[in-house]
Amino acid sequence: MTLTILAGSRLRERRLGLQLRQADVARAAGISASYLNLIEHDRRRATGDVLVRLAGVLELALDDLAEGHEAALMMDLRAAASGAVMPVEADRLEDFVGRYPGWAALCASLQGRVGRLERVVTTLNDRLSHDPHLSAAVHDLLSAISAVRSTAAILAEDGGLPADWRDRFHQNIHQDAERMTRGAEALVAYLAGSGAEVESASSPQEEVEAWLSSRDWYLSEVEPGGPGPDALAGEVAGLASAAARDLAAVWVLQAVRDAAMVPRARLEAVLATGEDDPLQIAGSLGAEVLAVFRRMATLPGRPEGLVVCDASGTLTFRKPIPVFTPPRFGAACALWPLYAALARPMLPVEALAEMDGPANPRLRLRAYAQTRHVGGFQGIELRSAAMLITPVPQGVASGSVLPIGSTCRVCSRTACPARREPSILVA
Amino acid sequence: MTKGRHVLLVEDEPNIAEAISFLLTRDGCQVTTLADGSEVLATLRRQSVDALILDLMLPGASGLEVLAAIRADAALSRLPVMMLTAKGQPHDRDAAARAGADRFMTKPFANAEMVAEVRDLLGG
Repeated sequence: MTLTILAGSRLRERRLGLQLRQADVARAAGISASYLNLIEHDRRRATGDVLVRLAGVLELALDDLAEGHEAALMMDLRAAASGAVMPVEADRLEDFVGRYPGWAALCASLQGRVGRLERVVTTLNDRLSHDPHLSAAVHDLLSAISAVRSTAAILAEDGGLPADWRDRFHQNIHQDAERMTRGAEALVAYLAGSGAEVESASSPQEEVEAWLSSRDWYLSEVEPGGPGPDALAGEVAGLASAAARDLAAVWVLQAVRDAAMVPRARLEAVLATGEDDPLQIAGSLGAEVLAVFRRMATLPGRPEGLVVCDASGTLTFRKPIPVFTPPRFGAACALWPLYAALARPMLPVEALAEMDGPANPRLRLRAYAQTRHVGGFQGIELRSAAMLITPVPQGVASGSVLPIGSTCRVCSRTACPARREPSILVA
Repeated sequence: MTKGRHVLLVEDEPNIAEAISFLLTRDGCQVTTLADGSEVLATLRRQSVDALILDLMLPGASGLEVLAAIRADAALSRLPVMMLTAKGQPHDRDAAARAGADRFMTKPFANAEMVAEVRDLLGG
């Protein structure tokens, strides 16, 4: 078992909690009091039998002294401290976690909850600001209400209205009342559909992404030797809108091609060696680079996120990861390497980036664009770019960092030279 | 005050356009209506107009685009303009003010308020 560097502090805290003297515990564990003193102050590491005996005397589970749990806890607390507005005793973090593991876990848990709530607020703000369906529905309803209000007031206030005008206004009110009914029903249906679950789908693309997300992004059926895409027909048919079903069918066909071009076993074997450069992998497998991007991001348990855009820059696919949530509506951050790659097909673009957010997580972003020529020399060029998003553990990467965000409306980088519009997060 | 004054109303919702047109006509104005933003500049250059009521969201060209073009045109730049929109959010009002709107009215509006604002726009 790998011991946490804080095991000594934990032992000391436990002993004090039980109101036991150092000498008594040392005697019960069969070691000297001075040795226990060194252990308790993390100047010696207790191992083997000594640790088991100490844990036994102090009625501690050995798992409580294991590394991993605490490392994650400390990482969460460091993230919380980095976003704190008041000074935090960051140099006492290990002491805090060691002495007060319960309070430390509570702090980390609350920080996690804050992060989740912030993501919900961001999503809701994003929706209210940019959701074209909601905006159109509200606009339509307000227009109808406006027409009814104005027309009804004319009818009510003007007793001498000529009969032809009166009839026309009655007809207008009837039309607008019908429109208001339809608009209100559409709005209620929309809000009812999205009220229970903030992340619920509201566009065909989101429907497909929600379906893929529910499968952890992986379609095992399309692997060579598997039951094939027909086995997915039922799930695709179960999607709510016809447009989503069409998009899903296209994605499945592409997944079939990707699975044949980038065999899972070979890709996983290469990744296991530590090689994760999509260009190198594509070269060794003789595969398309974007197919490698898609396979890397959608094999089971992979940590990478992925965004794909077409020549207009519109995001056509989004696999978010906890530290990188692409916008659901509107244009994304112009600084993403995705767009640099889009302008220069076949040239790889890589950047270490820092995402706008409470903990400013760092990301390794690798982008690449491909072209396809439909109709040959006389035809049109179709361009597609993809960006693989890999989380970088804190403190691992150094050097020049590209500050990016999700989209201007929910980004707090006020001085960003690429800003298109003001942020709703900054007063 | 408003008698015989020519108001160009650009509104793509026909029933709203009809109600405003009726109100202003009853108040003595001569009202021309358009439903497409792309036709506004040509109409202004062809006809003498005393005030413009411009919806923000229009087919063809948005109200803000039309207003920017008007303010950039030496012959039209001083035309009194009221922006009209169903979206009453502060940033819409700010955007209209920055683009050079003299007035801003949010739908739904009260008829008396509309008439009063247009009278004001026409100079009292």
